[in-house]
Amino acid sequence: MRALCVVLLAWVAWPAMAQEMDHAMHGMAMGPMQGGQAPADARDGDVSDGVAPSSMHDMAMMDMDDTAPVGNLLIDRLESFAGQGSHGQSWEADGWYGNATDKLGFRSEGERDGGRPRDGDAELFWRHAIAPFWDAQVGARSDLGDGPSRQWAAFGVQGLAPYWFELEATAYVGDGGRSAARLRADYELLFTQRLILQPELEVNAYGKADPRRRLGRGIARIDAGLRLRYEITRRIAPYVGVAWEHLGGGTAAMARDDGRRITDRRWVAGVRVWL
Amino acid sequence: MRDSLLHPSRRRFVQGLGVAGIGLGLGVVRPAFATASMERPADQGKDAVLELREASVDFTGRMRRAVTANGGVPGPTLRWREGDDVVLRVTNHLDVTSSIHWHGLVVPATQDGVPGLSFDGIPARGAFTYRFPVRQSGTYWYHAHSRFQEQSGLYGAIVIEPRGGERERCDRDYVLLLSDWTDEDPARVYAKLRSRPDVYNYGQPTVGDLLRDARDHGLGEALAMRRMWNRMRMNPTDLADVSGATYTYLVNGSTPAGNWTGLFRPGERVRLRLVNGSSNTLFDLRIPGLRLRVIAADGQPVEPVEVDELRLSAAETYDVIVTPIDDRAYTVFAQSIDRSGYARATLAPRAGMSAPVPALDARPRLGMRDMMGSMSGGGEMVMAHHARTEYGPSVDMRVDMPRTNLDDPGVGLRDRSHRVLTYADLRTPGGAVDAREPGRTIELHLTGNMERFAWSFDGVPYAAARPIHFRQGERLRLRLVNDTMMNHPIHLHGMWSDLESPDGSFQVRKHTVNVQPAQQVSYAVTADNPGRWAFHCHMLFHMEAGMFREVVVS
Repeated sequence: MRALCVVLLAWVAWPAMAQEMDHAMHGMAMGPMQGGQAPADARDGDVSDGVAPSSMHDMAMMDMDDTAPVGNLLIDRLESFAGQGSHGQSWEADGWYGNATDKLGFRSEGERDGGRPRDGDAELFWRHAIAPFWDAQVGARSDLGDGPSRQWAAFGVQGLAPYWFELEATAYVGDGGRSAARLRADYELLFTQRLILQPELEVNAYGKADPRRRLGRGIARIDAGLRLRYEITRRIAPYVGVAWEHLGGGTAAMARDDGRRITDRRWVAGVRVWL
Repeated sequence: MRDSLLHPSRRRFVQGLGVAGIGLGLGVVRPAFATASMERPADQGKDAVLELREASVDFTGRMRRAVTANGGVPGPTLRWREGDDVVLRVTNHLDVTSSIHWHGLVVPATQDGVPGLSFDGIPARGAFTYRFPVRQSGTYWYHAHSRFQEQSGLYGAIVIEPRGGERERCDRDYVLLLSDWTDEDPARVYAKLRSRPDVYNYGQPTVGDLLRDARDHGLGEALAMRRMWNRMRMNPTDLADVSGATYTYLVNGSTPAGNWTGLFRPGERVRLRLVNGSSNTLFDLRIPGLRLRVIAADGQPVEPVEVDELRLSAAETYDVIVTPIDDRAYTVFAQSIDRSGYARATLAPRAGMSAPVPALDARPRLGMRDMMGSMSGGGEMVMAHHARTEYGPSVDMRVDMPRTNLDDPGVGLRDRSHRVLTYADLRTPGGAVDAREPGRTIELHLTGNMERFAWSFDGVPYAAARPIHFRQGERLRLRLVNDTMMNHPIHLHGMWSDLESPDGSFQVRKHTVNVQPAQQVSYAVTADNPGRWAFHCHMLFHMEAGMFREVVVS
């Protein structure tokens, strides 16, 4: 539970921290260059003198629509892995449909081990812009794979932290008093315009043990990865990499009982596809 | 072009095909071998007929659909005389609504061609007749104002002869219309930008750049240079949203390999009417070996000034005179602001001649002044007044102390050893037509969020914005502050923009005013043309993403 609190705190605190840093970088004389609150004497941007917009405004919108939705699906990972105690396939996909402020978001990840589904989930979110670089998201998650299926309500934030770290932090509430949290971070390091190293980290934690899904309380699993991709085009990029799966707390104990490894280093190869 | 070594196919985009093809297939895509060499549509006069049609074009070796006027990309050049009453019969053979806007022409609001403001648009398979008196002269252009049809090829030049004949005696007179073409569906380009705004940027800072900077400036300095940008989540190479990665740059519809050529006899004075008819590109143009005598900007005469290079922001026009003395070819070289590609043409004594094509410059990086304005030192200190609406998710940064000097040629041109035109060099002879002091000032901030590819004025996109009201007859000042790190060529329809020098005195009359990153620019407007007008950034994808307002004169 302590770990869960840490993760939750992190997601609450991070945007604030980001703002703080932005504040800090400037002298006291001026406001921050990013984010912040409008000062009391901020300019009133309405210079319409009460004149109504064109009655054909909607017409104009037909031809020029800045609220028009666009869609996007990134299959970030579609890979085979060969680990010390496992070999199989895994995926991670993220897509959305919407405009600059509101989006319907979709995320899924999971893996097959030795030919059978082991772990996985699918999430559906409403994403709403709350700060220049941050979206709040509210939605649902459905767990697939080993054991009984679990449904969760999801609340979180996702966005871009200073220094270009992509962050996502989500808290989950399920039936039977279950709670969970997930923190994800990744970064891109460009060796060339097409050769890109992507370090990733994901932490999953649970507030309550779920033995039927072989999950203990606390931090259940930490995934770290280093993937080096080559963008043949922006849409298709094969990659190779190495990933570590580390089980923690009660989950690790259960895995030991099941004769599984606690830490598994995996070589991965796959393709990243942007549709 | 290290990229092209790895990807030979990219050369096709950069250079294009030797012969651009166009076929009026009426919906039938022709095989590539059947494409004829592009024939330029005949010039149109004061009784003009424009037929808008989809047609197959081939700029890169692939057949693509374009929106054409009279079968051409660009469409026909319209040649009028000051004082003409023009009638333009436009027939829309497309399946969608279309429109044509006469960029820089002061016409009645109903004839301005903006769907939703001026009129209902030209319906699919319908027609519209534009009628207006021509009360000005110079070089202008026209383009679609519907969705992405401009990017799809619907644009052309307008040349208006002054009532008393041309003031500058010239032996030759050529239009050089620069544009950008993509084989992709422009709606797809837009969708890609919305989901990954750096998708066309193949010049981003890499680990190698960091090592090079560390070698040249020391590791500490190199890291410090990176730190601020990275902390702010800003990219110093974010110069163009759409690059040569998808664009082929054209001169009069010819690719660089196609090499549009204008002929001269040595010693002749050649007038070049430069039009940036691109959708999303700023060009830096020079003709190695020739001085450019700038005689007009945005169609309006300026006190002549000789330069070696000039930047054409989207929708700007410049008239220059060159006097080639030698019996040899000269290359007209116009590289995109991000140096990802170039448009090329040739001036030559005889057809078939060519001159060396300069190498593209190294990609420039935005400097501190592009982020911090006058805070980075130099220039007069002014404070910007941010709007309440600029503190939301749609604005990723604000500049508190913009720079106001106009003598900065802009990123990528600052270290030239030759003379580059700046706005400070442009002066309209005889001063402002309306000598009144502006009675009030409207401040507007050019804002955006690059990560979301959202653009706006004062943080409010068009969909959510109220109009800007000008009281009819008043003389007022627009003060534009660019809070973003990109250039925004701002165009006010229906009225002139009288650009002011930093001290507030009249400088030059323009229809499109480029505002550099972290810069403040002011211009006076006489609100003498009643009606509803468009006011927007002329980067097509910025406009589509919300950097657009309605101006009402009443």
